[in-house]
Amino acid sequence: MKIVTVRKISQVFFFTLFIWFCVVSTIGDKFFQIRNWPVNWFLQLDPLTAIATILTTHTLYWPLLWALATIVLTVIVGRFFCSWLCPFGSIHHFTGFLANRKKSNAKKIKLNKYRKAQSIKYIILVVFLAMAAFPSIASTLQTGLLDPIPLVTRSVNLLLLPILDSSVNFLSVTQRLYQGAWLFFIVFLTAILLNLIIPRFYCRFICPLGALFAITSRFAIWRIGKTKDECSNCKLCEKACEGGCEPASEIKISECVLCFNCRADCKDDLVKYQTMPSLAGQVTNPDISRRGFTISLASGILAVPAVRLSAKITTNWTHNIIRPPGALDEKRFLNRCIKCGQCMRICPTNVIQPAGFQGGLENLWTPVLNNRIGSSGCQYNCVACGQICPTSAIRPITLEEKQGTGKFKNKGPLKIGTAFLDRNRCLPWAMDKPCIVCQENCPLSPKAIYTQTVFNTIRDGVLTVKKSTKNTIETQETSMTADSFTTGDFYCAAKNGEKAKITANNENTIEISTENNFKIPRKGEKIYVQIRLQKPYIDIEKCTGCGVCQHECPVSGKRAVRVSAEGETRSDNRKLLLKT
Amino acid sequence: MENNINRRQFIATATKAGISIAAASAAAYLLYDKKGPPAKPKAHDLVTFPDYSVPKITGQTISIVKGDDRTKSVDKAIDLLGGIERFVKPGDNVIIKPNAAFATSPALAATTNPQLIARVVRLCYDRGQAAKVYVTDNPINDPASCFTLSGIAKAATAAGAKLILPKENLFRNTTLAGAKLIKNWPVLYKPFEKADKLIAIAPVKDHHRSGASMTMKNFYGLLGGRRNIFHQDIHTIIAELSMMIKPTLVILDGTVSMISNGPTGGSFDDLKNTNTLIASCDMVAADSFGAQLLDLKVSDLPYLEKAQNAGVGTTDYNSLKPKFATVT
Repeated sequence: MKIVTVRKISQVFFFTLFIWFCVVSTIGDKFFQIRNWPVNWFLQLDPLTAIATILTTHTLYWPLLWALATIVLTVIVGRFFCSWLCPFGSIHHFTGFLANRKKSNAKKIKLNKYRKAQSIKYIILVVFLAMAAFPSIASTLQTGLLDPIPLVTRSVNLLLLPILDSSVNFLSVTQRLYQGAWLFFIVFLTAILLNLIIPRFYCRFICPLGALFAITSRFAIWRIGKTKDECSNCKLCEKACEGGCEPASEIKISECVLCFNCRADCKDDLVKYQTMPSLAGQVTNPDISRRGFTISLASGILAVPAVRLSAKITTNWTHNIIRPPGALDEKRFLNRCIKCGQCMRICPTNVIQPAGFQGGLENLWTPVLNNRIGSSGCQYNCVACGQICPTSAIRPITLEEKQGTGKFKNKGPLKIGTAFLDRNRCLPWAMDKPCIVCQENCPLSPKAIYTQTVFNTIRDGVLTVKKSTKNTIETQETSMTADSFTTGDFYCAAKNGEKAKITANNENTIEISTENNFKIPRKGEKIYVQIRLQKPYIDIEKCTGCGVCQHECPVSGKRAVRVSAEGETRSDNRKLLLKT
Repeated sequence: MENNINRRQFIATATKAGISIAAASAAAYLLYDKKGPPAKPKAHDLVTFPDYSVPKITGQTISIVKGDDRTKSVDKAIDLLGGIERFVKPGDNVIIKPNAAFATSPALAATTNPQLIARVVRLCYDRGQAAKVYVTDNPINDPASCFTLSGIAKAATAAGAKLILPKENLFRNTTLAGAKLIKNWPVLYKPFEKADKLIAIAPVKDHHRSGASMTMKNFYGLLGGRRNIFHQDIHTIIAELSMMIKPTLVILDGTVSMISNGPTGGSFDDLKNTNTLIASCDMVAADSFGAQLLDLKVSDLPYLEKAQNAGVGTTDYNSLKPKFATVT
């Protein structure tokens, strides 16, 4: 079998595996649901994630040890990842092939020539790593913005699958929604359409992971090279060159993505994969000048403090950035989150959403809870997001820790925020309408939402008795609407405050229940038509901020009960109460 | 090339032009809308739930069984009403409506007990010779999580029933004749459309707004849309739900009752062993008896009287001559 055939099989295999892992990232025990599939495997293989988190945290989180395998293999054989394994690379490879397959060889050779701009990816890499590297000033992990593995993971999981599944609802009962997914769409579509201009545009010019591989592959033991200096110079070896590395002349080893097309296309069989450097010469160093390197390093180092001047993770923090349960404090969280979207994909209620720009630039695409989206707030009996997080930005907490039971009894439940009641919007508080849906849905026992019962006299509810019997009162006024007080929530009160439930009414007569020995008012006395209201209160010490109340609140626009991040367990400086 | 086109070319061009003009005019004619859009989109085609009830047999309308074993209690309770054969005929498609509202463990009794569901499913198949038994609900929490964590999914499917999750395309709009609230409102309809019999199984639970959640309140789970607005008039909506649907049989499980912190519960402290299970063809009677398990009177639950006034059933369960039994 030809090596390019093996490479194609490898690409199809790993691409299919990747898509399969995306599909099965659904909670459940059916064959197409998560069970024990290692759905983070591609993210774990990604050495950019490993190295960047090492820079920000000074440790290698254990599942990321897989990245060592990738590095070791790259050092030995070169950038195999790009052309053999990377699912994003395979997409570019295929679309680039489709777009340019009918062009003449001369045009293809021209398309695939090396370009100076291919060094942009090194600048991107250096900027990202510099942002991650200097904790003494400020560090942040932003590789996930352009790292191809998180990028393709979130694009498939949070954009393509929800669109494809929307007509059949096979993967989820209700439509999965992701706020701001249009931005994924623009990034993903742009990355793919750029292949129409130059094949593997993203890989050649942008990909910071590719740049990292380029650097690590400079000592590769095997590399592509010509076995003769002189050849017919037909340049056919460059017609399908995926990396734009110019194997015909001085090959740029750092740009070579090991597609092996040159080897297959050389009519004279002069291009080989070998330990000997190319006889036509080779360039192993990435094409980035010392000045370019210094400028990008300096920009990266300065960028983080520049962003941090907004104080978005300190005093000016955003109250509606509610992080999933188990998330680290904001600073350490941003040092680990790679914006892969796995937590948003696995969340059974779809409440975890990609952040937009509301929490500052650094927060883009990090997980936040939006209780207006999804099937309920943060589910009480669920810790899926922490279990799936590949970098432990959300710790893999247990249910016991989340609920504050078992050995976590002394610590109490984990709070992700606190619900605040907006008394200006709440039906019982602001509009004298019974409701308490929030109280009903609070999953805690005892509930964090409790009620106090009050009786409020309604508008035009003061009436004068004209005639009365044992259980009926006729009023002088004829202002009542027939049957409007029969919901079981209306009472007739006397001046002394005693009251009886209204069982029926028409324009000028009220029928009342006789069970409370209510003393019927006489002619000329005033009666008060009152509504019984259970007004909700939030026990701030009990509330965990799960947001089920906010999700269920019937005030459907701006909810009358809303979760705010104050009081969240993860940050000591956002405490609200003296006692927690 | 000649400057003038010949006749043949002219006729061909003119024909194409003519067809284009005719097509454009026809499209304009067909799509012509003089009135403009209405204020609201057209009402959906409204649906009505089939009547699943079976003929009444005096003295066999409600049975009340004391005991702490749900399986034995439900066997006995149904037998006292004439056996499952009275309710399920060979070849029937039976739908079971549990209360699966919350994503909590069955031990916390916030949802219908899974063993009880499994038992009823088996009764339908083994003695009732049902063709197929379905289980469905539109819970409050995430539907898939509710059915999984409550144990209902596993128990029902193991017993041979098919679980139907409340997907968007299963909802249709309904209007209840004479109703104040259920007007052009989406309900979980499709799973019920083809069913021959409906058995609803609900636990006895405290409910802060309405007083108690039992067999009538269980049908809140048929509502779709932003149904929470109905809490403004909870008693009317519960009464209307009982008018909207006519089940074959309701089973009220008070083996363990949630006496506080309802309807979610969440702690064993909220539960009490009340060792009572009720089977009834009259859900008003069932709930009127069930109220006692929560130390409530009929008058504490205004929806009971509303339903009675609407002719759904009677709050005076004694008038139905309930059959009592105790199983050990």
